[in-house]
Amino acid sequence: MIRWISGFIGAGIVAVLAWSLLWSVVGVVTDPPAPTAEHYVHAHHPLLSAELPSEGLFGKYDVRQLQRGFQVYKEVCAACHSIRLVSFRDLKQLGYDDGQVKALATGWQIEQPSINPDTGEVATRKNLPSDHFPLVFANDVAARAANNNAVPPDLSLMTKARHEGPDYVYSLVGHGYVTQPADLLTKFPDAKTPNGLHYNQYFANLNIAMPPPLTQDGQVQYLDGTKPTVDQMAKDVAAFLTWTAEPNLDTRHGAGFAVLGFLLVFCFLAYGAYQNVWRNMKH
Amino acid sequence: MLLAKPAASVYQVEASRGDGEGQGGDIVIVASGKSHRRHGEDKGREMATVDNAVPPGEDPAPFHEAVDDPRRRDFINIAAVAWAGVGGAIVVLPLINQMSPSADVLALSTTEVDLSKIEAGQGIVTSFRKQPLFVRHLTPKEITEADAVPLGELRDPQTLAQRTKPGKENWLITLGVCTHLGCIPLGIHEGENRGQFGGYFCPCHGSQYDTAARIRKGPAPKNLAVPPYTFSSDTTVTVG
Amino acid sequence: MSFPWAKHYEPKFALTKWVDERLPLPRLVYSAVGAGYPVPRNLNYFWNFGVLAGAALAAQIVTGIVLAMHYAANGGVAFDSVEHIMRDVNAGWFLRYAHANGASMFFIVVYIHIFRGLYYGSYKAPREMVWLLGVVIFLLMMATAFMGYVLPWGQMSFWGAQVITGFFSAIPIVGDTIRVWLLGGYAPDDAALNRFFSLHYLLPFVIAAVIVLHIWALHIPGSNNPTGVDVKGEQDTVPFHPYYTAKDGFGLGVFLVLFAFLIFFAPNYLGHPDNYIPANPLATPAHIVPEWYFWPFYAILRAFTSDFILPAKLWGVLAMFGSIVLLFFLPWLDSSPVRSTNYRPLYRIFFWVLVADVLVLGYCGGSPAEPAYVIISQIAAAYYFAHFLVILPIVSRMERPRPLPNSITEAVLAKHGGTSPAESAVSGSVLAAE
Repeated sequence: MIRWISGFIGAGIVAVLAWSLLWSVVGVVTDPPAPTAEHYVHAHHPLLSAELPSEGLFGKYDVRQLQRGFQVYKEVCAACHSIRLVSFRDLKQLGYDDGQVKALATGWQIEQPSINPDTGEVATRKNLPSDHFPLVFANDVAARAANNNAVPPDLSLMTKARHEGPDYVYSLVGHGYVTQPADLLTKFPDAKTPNGLHYNQYFANLNIAMPPPLTQDGQVQYLDGTKPTVDQMAKDVAAFLTWTAEPNLDTRHGAGFAVLGFLLVFCFLAYGAYQNVWRNMKH
Repeated sequence: MLLAKPAASVYQVEASRGDGEGQGGDIVIVASGKSHRRHGEDKGREMATVDNAVPPGEDPAPFHEAVDDPRRRDFINIAAVAWAGVGGAIVVLPLINQMSPSADVLALSTTEVDLSKIEAGQGIVTSFRKQPLFVRHLTPKEITEADAVPLGELRDPQTLAQRTKPGKENWLITLGVCTHLGCIPLGIHEGENRGQFGGYFCPCHGSQYDTAARIRKGPAPKNLAVPPYTFSSDTTVTVG
Repeated sequence: MSFPWAKHYEPKFALTKWVDERLPLPRLVYSAVGAGYPVPRNLNYFWNFGVLAGAALAAQIVTGIVLAMHYAANGGVAFDSVEHIMRDVNAGWFLRYAHANGASMFFIVVYIHIFRGLYYGSYKAPREMVWLLGVVIFLLMMATAFMGYVLPWGQMSFWGAQVITGFFSAIPIVGDTIRVWLLGGYAPDDAALNRFFSLHYLLPFVIAAVIVLHIWALHIPGSNNPTGVDVKGEQDTVPFHPYYTAKDGFGLGVFLVLFAFLIFFAPNYLGHPDNYIPANPLATPAHIVPEWYFWPFYAILRAFTSDFILPAKLWGVLAMFGSIVLLFFLPWLDSSPVRSTNYRPLYRIFFWVLVADVLVLGYCGGSPAEPAYVIISQIAAAYYFAHFLVILPIVSRMERPRPLPNSITEAVLAKHGGTSPAESAVSGSVLAAE
């Protein structure tokens, strides 16, 4: 009995799926999926590798690179983008000492929202090392108003919030801004970048609101003598944003090797014990 | 008899048992599949056969039946269990340590206090590590009163000078946490009950502190705690 | 429990004796997972996965309890509280990565456990109740995992909650009311987040309780084994401890190596980048997918694209739930008297087709809803239902199984090149009974 019922139900579901399948196929035939400009461009321009030392199993941050990246962030990106989940005190991980961190915090261009201690009115105060980096815009409405109706996203987690994040950041700011190729427009006439937006071949929909942030070599003067090419600055800021998203990477990799070593020894011992216990028992 | 022989003989015994069971086996397979009622009925019969086949007291292959030195053989078992125990103990550490103050809490450990607006005789309450911090500008009269108390009368003997910074004896900075059970004593604000010694009075259990915030009466065991602090300028104090 | 040769707990010390007379808990453990539980001697490594699933649940409960000490279930701060755990709490990154990847490990282990049960016929008489309770555990796990994924309150959390509760709006007439009731609002927000947190904390303990029943039910007939042949006598079994505790110890080691590798070297590999973007009710991510362990079911949901008497949306939701509910009927859909697929040449082919089919469904479920993937998932979903509802009942009636060994011991000795008694006599009688 149950087999008859189940067979009936099964045949029913298969019939409904066949009906759906039929219309799917009809849809593909009558209205074939049109290739989009995004697919076309992204297929021809895969992300470039930022070649960060933090990549891979043995990855480790290069503190000097992080400092350079922080400098790029501070002098270029910080005008519009916050890193609100990072605290000034975290910069000690980049090799700055307490005094330098305090100086950086107090000297930070944007102050912390606060209240006037006498009147209770909204005010700002200097940043402390224990503070998070302040928001650039108080809220999204303010951000839109100041940026041609676009919100500059917070960058704290940017490299974890995109596929292959470090490479994405590097490619986007270092090599993404090119003139829109003429053959793209002949293939996809609708793909013309609207006024006020900028063509970027690595951006999801190719048209980004952010103007090119790194425009020329030497835009930032590195203190350690590294040549500040656009490519180098893009790599360094990608490295810095990798750190802001995953500050514990060095600890994690270090602990990982210790744990794996310990567990492999355990596996070895446990296998020995298993064989020992079963030595007189065929199975 | 079998137990005394090398382990290999056990297999022979088992093999012969498998042989001897051939006729009984097909009954059970039929039972296990098609008819569950028969399965139960057959069980007793089946078990009886097997029980009869195994001589009483014979253990098929007990794991401790080692022919060579059992202590050396079992070393690997002990090592594996011990290693697992060490691993278990290590894994407990982060589980315990996660309850310690986190990095952001530790970073909040300094507080700056502006003294410029506190008149003599007044005090303010601010916060240090999420605890109330009493900052009191003592009057000369209060300082004299505090200095006049003989140390021998005190439960927790300390002079006012020991509880303040040299040359700044008029600035009494203490935690506003009663050393009895943690209530906030009254007396920092004007008009509050300061107790009979003119310092602080804890309403929870009646502890009374003098003008140097030393315990004088009531259940509290210690003076109000003085946190570490420095004068970063004449009118600014950094606590912590 | 049901084997007369099972050893009994004998307390050695005065204290253990005293305890045993008043609360025989050690006795219970001894008979459940100790030397007092006789287990077939021929279990292969696939039988490690039950214990591993228990270990994964334990790891999830421990890490979950400590994470709850730092997490705040409020839409305004939930995302930031998770980042606080990642950045500032001592070893917080380890605990959170362990919990997030622990969920994946739990599902990997349980999927292998389920397919082991399917292959070796562990759902068949007399173990139907073990299987039914197992399906209940699986459903509870899915609910727990879904609600846990909402808690970090990232974009995938929010839109996952939106989409999954949207299933209920497919119910005619009362659907929308139910959805609003579930969410405590018109869209996921504080109310939904708080109730999901509460239930996410509760359900693992319900799972643990059902696991106790699952093991209890298992101990009535005893464990199945790769031949599917019943235990005939003492020579077919070994005590669970030390034989299978030792083997499970080794299995646990391998499990932990994989788990540690994920935590320390690929912690976000199985996650989705969009969940590192705070929830935004005004912007849907370009490509919404659930966590990988839901992909096959998500593919089934999306396979129904055309109305057919009922709306396509309702068909999708019904089929998705149906794909799990049908597992409850499996013991009665498969009428073959042979448990182990090793001895079922025809069904064996369909079994591996099913494995491939579920993998294809998973791949399609994780891919964007483009026509090619939709068409493949429609075919694969059709096979999934046909397999359980049509093919399995027919195959189990018509197929001719290979000869079974007379006993577990015989199979073991045959494998080791020992004496191998004729098997044909047995198979003859099986077919005669059919």
